[in-house]
Amino acid sequence: MTEQETHQGPREEEARSELVGETAEAGEVSGKAQSLWSDAWGELRRSPLFWISSVLILILVVMAIFPSLFTGADPYYAELKNARQPPSEEHVFGTTALGYDVYARTIYGARASIMVGVLASLGTVIVGSIVGLISGFYGGWLDAVLSRVGEIFFAIPLLLAGILALYVLPGDKDTSLFVQVLKIVGVLVLFGWPSVARLMRSSVFQVKPNDYVNAARALGATPVRMILRHILPNAVAPVIVVSTINLGVYISVEATLSFLGIGLKPPAVSWGIDISNASSIGLVRTAPNMLIFPSIFLSVTVLAFIMLGDAVSQALDPKLR
Amino acid sequence: MTSYIIRRVLQMIPVLLGSTLLIFAMVFGIGDPIAGRCGERTCPAGYIAKFTAEYHLDDPLIVQYGYYLGKLLQGNLGETFSGLSVGGELLLRWPTTIKLALIALVFEAIVGILAGILAGINRGKFLDNLVTLSTLVVISIPIFVIGGLSQLLFGLRLEWFPVTATQGTLKQLLLPGLVLGALSLAYIARLMRGTLVENLRADYVRTAKAKGMSNVRRVSVHTLRNSLIPVITFIGYDIGGLMGGAVVTERIFNINGIGGFLFRGVTLKDGNMVVGTVTCLVLVYLLVNLLVDLLYGALDPRISHD
Repeated sequence: MTEQETHQGPREEEARSELVGETAEAGEVSGKAQSLWSDAWGELRRSPLFWISSVLILILVVMAIFPSLFTGADPYYAELKNARQPPSEEHVFGTTALGYDVYARTIYGARASIMVGVLASLGTVIVGSIVGLISGFYGGWLDAVLSRVGEIFFAIPLLLAGILALYVLPGDKDTSLFVQVLKIVGVLVLFGWPSVARLMRSSVFQVKPNDYVNAARALGATPVRMILRHILPNAVAPVIVVSTINLGVYISVEATLSFLGIGLKPPAVSWGIDISNASSIGLVRTAPNMLIFPSIFLSVTVLAFIMLGDAVSQALDPKLR
Repeated sequence: MTSYIIRRVLQMIPVLLGSTLLIFAMVFGIGDPIAGRCGERTCPAGYIAKFTAEYHLDDPLIVQYGYYLGKLLQGNLGETFSGLSVGGELLLRWPTTIKLALIALVFEAIVGILAGILAGINRGKFLDNLVTLSTLVVISIPIFVIGGLSQLLFGLRLEWFPVTATQGTLKQLLLPGLVLGALSLAYIARLMRGTLVENLRADYVRTAKAKGMSNVRRVSVHTLRNSLIPVITFIGYDIGGLMGGAVVTERIFNINGIGGFLFRGVTLKDGNMVVGTVTCLVLVYLLVNLLVDLLYGALDPRISHD
């Protein structure tokens, strides 16, 4: 008995000190109930998946903003006499069929992909969340109309919609990279918002009947205040998870469209274009380095965002732990 | 059940109308409908006049949409530059694409379900982690990367499969089919694992165990049948998706199917080829989804038919 008691003693104390520590921490955050987010952050900090994907994403973002930090070579400079070289000291990833440096082009290719992914994800979150919040909060005929409209956009597969829309809105050689990217982002947002809106709507339906929302209503809060202060913070978690995963998916769709010759167009540098150039049978045989390196970078980028989404969803959903 | 079918079909009509309107608006409303109809050159005046008359471009947009819908109902998808009917060309190419999609479907269903079951019954163990991790990797690799790399590895280096599939024979379509099914395979394995794990926790499964039922019977008869319902639905929806996804696979392996036709339309800048094929693929996708919904209603007694 005494042994057990001595064993229990410190354990209880430990538990108590943990509790105290937690309340102290919560107290520091201006006393507001931020438990979901601080709890999720505590969980995330211990997840290796989160750290691996964050570091990868950080590197990729730096690569997209300052590509010259990673390479001194010019991605637009080609020398035919250096064509189809295997990886060497001078050209780490070898050269393309036209003598471009594969390493430089792969580094510079990050910019287009990251830009498309981030902007398209932001766009779908903004449009989808607004529609979802309105649908879920007001309900009734407004919800019915918005849901039907969403169904129509949702019915067309993203890739086919992209092919059609970008075919109808062709650019020419002088179209700047940013405009080309914006066009793709526009298409992805136009056909991607319904999935976010559905998610937000169902999550608002779960939050809306809660007492704190009713209390806010009883105290005379305006609808805008109720939505922004009480409903949105509690309904946004699943949207964040899905948008992180979608970011990877959008990067993949952009690369696929560029691969088909309808997304970004040369002289823009993009992984999709480079992989497309590399995948004619003759080149796959003689210069596989042209295919392999951009493919690895593209896949790792998509993987990083999907892993981050997985880690965040595990942290936000206690049931998955 | 009859009223369920009728209601579901009626619900489909606004979506069909809406999506065709959307496609129509993109082609005729946003862009210049004549732009890109003549390849790289600008269109000659005669062609513009003929095109304007044929598509009633002088009428208001909504009237144009009416004519467009009428043509669509008759199965008329327009003509290619060389004067062939797009619908006819698509009909010629259906068998190849369907063969390709079937190979992908059989492959993803068998391997995906098996991997999902293995992961689900070994939850938290090595096999489960292996399946979860490898499917994550497959999901992240875009299909054209998988296609290109497997062409390089299995076609050129190991010479296990033909490198291209120009004639579309079964042997040639095998590798492209596996590539096409890879992504959905990963989703199916994850879905199967998820529902199996969830159902294995259910009360009736615990009761079966308490009654002394063997593990094999408990999993195969009591849990698997329930867990398969969402998986079968996913596979059904995927038939429509595979037709669209085939664009990339058919371009890589040079297959003369619907997707290859669409890709050729894009490279030749043949407007009717692109618009007609996309319209056709979207309609097929929607109809397959409708059929799957009806099937789902029949499979799962929990869906209310009222």
